[in-house]
Amino acid sequence: MGEELEMDIKAGSRLACPECSVELVVVRPPSSAVVLTCGGVEVVDASADRPGGGHSGASGDGTLVGKRYADEDSGIEVLCAKPGPGTLAADGREVPIKGAKPLPSSD
Amino acid sequence: MNLSLLLEMSASTLEDRPAVTSGTRSLSYAQLDAAARRCAAKFLSMGATGVVYCGTNDASFPIAVFGAAYAGLPFIPLNYRLGEEQLQPLVEANRGAVVIAETAKIPGADPEMVVLRSTLLDASFSTSADIELPPFVDPEDVAIVLYTSGTSGTPKAALLRHRHLTAYVIGTVEFAGAEPDQAALVTVPPYHIAGLANLLSNMYSGRRIVYLESFDAQLWLDTLRNERITQAMVVPTMLARVVQHLDGSPADAPMLATLSYGGARMPLPVLEQALELFVGTGFVNAYGLTETSSTIALLGPEDHDAAFAGDPVAKVRLGSVGKVLPGIEVEVRDEDGNVLPVGEPGLVFLRGEQVSGEYEGGSVVDAEGWFPTKDRGWIDEDEYLFIEGRADDTIIRGGENIAPAEIEDVLRRHEAVVDAAVVGIPDDEWGQQIAAVVVLAPGKSVGVDELHDYCQQHLRSSKTPYRIEFRDELPHTPTGKLLRREVLADLLG
Repeated sequence: MGEELEMDIKAGSRLACPECSVELVVVRPPSSAVVLTCGGVEVVDASADRPGGGHSGASGDGTLVGKRYADEDSGIEVLCAKPGPGTLAADGREVPIKGAKPLPSSD
Repeated sequence: MNLSLLLEMSASTLEDRPAVTSGTRSLSYAQLDAAARRCAAKFLSMGATGVVYCGTNDASFPIAVFGAAYAGLPFIPLNYRLGEEQLQPLVEANRGAVVIAETAKIPGADPEMVVLRSTLLDASFSTSADIELPPFVDPEDVAIVLYTSGTSGTPKAALLRHRHLTAYVIGTVEFAGAEPDQAALVTVPPYHIAGLANLLSNMYSGRRIVYLESFDAQLWLDTLRNERITQAMVVPTMLARVVQHLDGSPADAPMLATLSYGGARMPLPVLEQALELFVGTGFVNAYGLTETSSTIALLGPEDHDAAFAGDPVAKVRLGSVGKVLPGIEVEVRDEDGNVLPVGEPGLVFLRGEQVSGEYEGGSVVDAEGWFPTKDRGWIDEDEYLFIEGRADDTIIRGGENIAPAEIEDVLRRHEAVVDAAVVGIPDDEWGQQIAAVVVLAPGKSVGVDELHDYCQQHLRSSKTPYRIEFRDELPHTPTGKLLRREVLADLLG
C-alpha cells in the first residue's frame, strides 16, 4: 500500500499518470481498496507533481480517450480524459474497456 | 463527472473541428471551450450563484451551459417568451444568479446581474481579476435546474445533478464517434431538456450543431440542404408543419441520415406521411422526461422501416416508444403498487443512473430508486414500451380506462381534421364522458353526426365521443404538448 492510497478516489476525482499523458476521471469509486496503475506506475491526483518520464518498455494497448475502463473485482470505473501509452491495471489486473452499445442518434 | 469535462475532452481531442453554427457565425471546439472558460471566470468575478439563461437558441447557449459548468454553478434556462407575470417569480427564485437575456429589462432581476445574450460571444466579456476555476466540481452538485410546467399547472423546479447528465451521455454516446462532416440541426428550445441533452450528446460525439433561432418549415428545409445536415431533431408540431408545407412532394434531403422526434406524442398520420416524404432517412422516436435527463427509450430506424414496409407487428410498434436504453429498468404497476405482467397497462416506473426524480424541496424517488413517471403505459412481449399518456389525462368512463390519444389518432385520420383533443367531462351516470374538440383543415367541413359515425366505425362504441365541438385551434406547450386542462376548462366554461 503506497502513500498515494491516501488519495481520495471519489466519483468525479481526476487522476493522472505521473509518467505519461494519461488523465482519468473516476466514474465509480472502488468498493474495496485497490491500487490503480498506468504502465505499472501508481496513478496520482491530477494536481500532484508529474515527472513525466514516460514508461520504458510499455506493454499493452495504452489508454484511449473517451473509453471507460472498469475493474469488476474492485468496482472502480474510470473514464479516460487524455490518452497515453500507459495501460491501466488494478492490483495488477489489466483493466478492460467497458463496452458501450452505440445507439442511433436520438438527440 | 462534471458537464464541463464533456467539452474539455472534445476540445483537447478535436480542437479546430467546428462545434456550433448559428447564422454566419461558427465556433470550433477549442473556441467554444475558451469562451466557456472566459465566461465562467467572469460569472465568478460577478459573485454569481447560478446562471439563468433567458434567451434564444444560438452559439451563446452552449457558451452559457458550459460556462456555468466550468464555474461550478447551476444552469437555469427559462422560457424567454414568458410574460412578465410568469417570468418574475422564476427570476426572483434565483436571486444572486447572473441573468443572460435578450433585453436589459428583466422583471425581478438585479440590473447589475443582467447580461445581454450576444455579449457572451464578445471577448471583452471577461475579467482581469485572478479567478481560478474550481478544479473539482462534485458530481453531486446540481448542474441544471429546469422548470417543468408540463401540462398540469404551476412550474416545479426539477434538479439534474452532474452525475445524472453525464451518466446519460457517457452511457449512450461514443466519444468523438461522429464523422467530421456530421451536423445536427437543432430547433428545440434551450429551456427544454431535449435542447440540453442534445447539446451535451452532440458536443461529446464531436458533431457540429446548427441552431435555428426560430422554427419555420421552409427555413428548416433550406437549412437541411445548405448546411448539409445529417441529424435533426424535431417536436411533433414541427414535423406536422413540415409535412403540411411539403404537401406531398419529397423532402429532398439526401444527407439527412436520422430524423429524431420526441417531446410530445407524435400523431401517427403525421409520422406515416413523413416516412413517405423523407426517403432514405432513418427515423428515431425518443421518449424521456425532464426528470430522467432526457431519453430513456428509443424506437429506431429498423422499426420504422419495417412498419413502413407493412410488417403488421412493426406497424403496431410504431405507436410505441421502443425499447429502454441499457442501464434503464422499467416496471408497470397498478394503482396499489403491484407489478403488472406483459401487455397490461398501468403506471410506468423507471430506475437508472440518469434518473433524477428530484425537485427543489424533495425527491419523489422511492427507497429502491424507482421514479414514478405518472405516465400510463404497457410493455409488449418483446419489451417494447407503449405510452398511453399522462395518468391524469386518462378518462375513466363507467370504470373503463380510456386513453385520449387513441381517440385523437382516429379523429386526426379523418380527411377534414387537422388536430383533435379528447378529454373526460364529469358525468353523473358514467363518472366521465368523452368529449372531443376538433380543428378542421382549411376549406374542409364535416358535421358532428358524420364524425360521430366515423369514430364508431373505427373505435368501440364505449370510446366514441359523446360530445364533439369545433374550434379554430388547440392550446399547446412550446414543444407541442396538448394543454388538456385548458381544453376542458373551455368546454366546461
